[in-house]
Amino acid sequence: MKIPSMAELMAQGKQPEVLFWVGCAGSFDDRAKKITKAFAKTLLKAGVDFAILGKEESCTGDPAKRAGNEFLFQMQAMSNIEVLNAYEVKKIVTTCPHCFNTLKNEYPELGGNYEVMHHTQYLRELLESGKLKIEGGKLKGKRITFHDPCYLGRANGEYEAPRKLIETIEAEFVEMRRCKSQGLCCGAGGAQMFKEPEKGNKDINIERTEEALETQPEIIAAACPFCNTMMSDGIKNKEKEGSIKVMDLAELIEMAGDL
Amino acid sequence: MTFGLSNLIFLLALGTAIFFFARSVGKIRRNIFLGKPINRSDNKSDRWKNMGLVAMGQSKMVAKPIAGFFHIVIYVGFILINIEVLEILIDGIFGTHRVLASPLGGIYTTAINFFEILAVLVIVACVVFLWRRNVQRISRFHKDEMKGWPTKDANYILVIEIVLMFALIGMNATEANMENAKAGPFIVSNLFAPLFSPLSQEGLHMAERIFWWGHILGIFAFLNYLPYSKHFHIILAFPNTWYANLNAKGQLANNETVTKEVKLMLDPNADPYATPAEDQGAPERFGAKDVMDLKWVNIMNAYACTECGRCTSECPANQTGKKLSPRKIMMDVRDRVEIVGKNIDANKGQFVDDGKSLLDDHITREELWACTTCNACVQACPVEIDPLSIIMQMRQYLVMEESSAAQELNLMMSNIENNGAPWQFAQADRANWADDMGAN
Repeated sequence: MKIPSMAELMAQGKQPEVLFWVGCAGSFDDRAKKITKAFAKTLLKAGVDFAILGKEESCTGDPAKRAGNEFLFQMQAMSNIEVLNAYEVKKIVTTCPHCFNTLKNEYPELGGNYEVMHHTQYLRELLESGKLKIEGGKLKGKRITFHDPCYLGRANGEYEAPRKLIETIEAEFVEMRRCKSQGLCCGAGGAQMFKEPEKGNKDINIERTEEALETQPEIIAAACPFCNTMMSDGIKNKEKEGSIKVMDLAELIEMAGDL
Repeated sequence: MTFGLSNLIFLLALGTAIFFFARSVGKIRRNIFLGKPINRSDNKSDRWKNMGLVAMGQSKMVAKPIAGFFHIVIYVGFILINIEVLEILIDGIFGTHRVLASPLGGIYTTAINFFEILAVLVIVACVVFLWRRNVQRISRFHKDEMKGWPTKDANYILVIEIVLMFALIGMNATEANMENAKAGPFIVSNLFAPLFSPLSQEGLHMAERIFWWGHILGIFAFLNYLPYSKHFHIILAFPNTWYANLNAKGQLANNETVTKEVKLMLDPNADPYATPAEDQGAPERFGAKDVMDLKWVNIMNAYACTECGRCTSECPANQTGKKLSPRKIMMDVRDRVEIVGKNIDANKGQFVDDGKSLLDDHITREELWACTTCNACVQACPVEIDPLSIIMQMRQYLVMEESSAAQELNLMMSNIENNGAPWQFAQADRANWADDMGAN
């Protein structure tokens, strides 16, 4: 299976319907790469006309902006916008809520206007339009809880799409105590992913993992590569990695549908 | 109608109360506009709707049902009972007594009965709130930043409200006992009437006057307490929600000063050695070190904060024992801008550098770096205060003016700069995952 790049398609005079923005984690982090592949596979199965930027993709600038380096953020943003606009990109889908938020909300003011979707929203659309068909399948009846990524939930008000996907795979869904607009952060946002936490009495991901464990899940569903890392670390810390898996919704859809 | 000494005293008290209140409000307004301009007057119809829903409709208060319910009781009570204050003002100015009683007749008694029921509910709500703070000791009311004045302030407000409500009831109870009562008996104060029945008619009149004066002077005093108190939120909640950020919470403001610089850097025709135009003045500071570097909305937010601590109780950093407390950020901004304001007052309208700033003297770097930008504080605030906006502007100062980020963050940023990712991977390898798609 070959994933086309924008440059290749352009050489053939083609313009894909949607750009899959992979993001840094999705490109380089071993765990996140699995999510990228699962999502790409699903797109191929559903016959979506898409492409990636490949080596022309660069960090959106989200962690730089949140760390306070507005200079670096805007430099990144403007050069990305130049690339995106050169390819006349109209629609972007991404598996990272941070890329999603930045592309959707922070690029327009700098000249980048695109229809941006998070992959959970896109998958929901594929399922609802019938392009993708999944019925229960392998994950039917599995006890699953969902951790809302801040940058999908509170930041952009999307709480339903991920839950719809879990409904589709006919899992036994159980909410954590703090969910949706009151969901607790995994601890990675605001560039925290790249630094040690400040002194406290607990790490945030441990607090969140404990809350997830209260629901006695078989799977903790995530929708962000960074949340995935934080929750996986939490599960390892609690020595539960044998019995509980942290999985992205793209992976759950792929698994359930045996795609 | 008799115009005499008491009318004069009343007018004097009213005038004094209004004068000092206006002066205090003027100073707060001046302090708010020490902040930098930001346009928050777009989408007017959405803004009115937002204010109607969040401030008037109390929509976010009910996220905590118990506090929300009792707060609505006090809020509704405050607004409706103040209709009676209108009559008190008219009576006070013109020397009349219960001027609306005869013209309104039966409606008057009904209205006063309604106010009395509200007054009782307000007293109950205030007692519940005192209980929650002082007996139940709900933890968000007892974080570090609440020690001393903030805790006292909260209790004073609740006690004053109870006293004012009792003055109202006492006023009605004594009225009802009079031979020439203008109105009454009333549903609640009638229960207290026996307390005053031993009094002679003269004594009753005297007691009625004491309650009447106590009530209105109490209101004047309370009005002038507001600007010094967290209770100023009863006024600023409205503009604060009107001028709130209506964009997606994840959209952090674009720093225009930086945009100008970046555009210049990317413009191939720009002359890097060009002398700046003469009227440009000193270049603007990037980000915020002191309150004057913030936007005026940030400072208004600080004055609108009633220190309920919902933000702090939702903050993941605070919950896990870090020093960051979004409420403290707001309290610090207010404390600092008050100091700056007093400095300006003392120096003939000019701020004289006091060698201090919001950063370090009030808000520490440790607090700023503990934030995950998760927006839980913004979501939690019942009046849409945005502590995150302040944290971000201060981080911008730290990084762009002082280059003082943690070593790991500097590494992350130089990676982004050099190879377009926060980690040290080559940009050329970005699509390597696609090569082994089959293998998965």
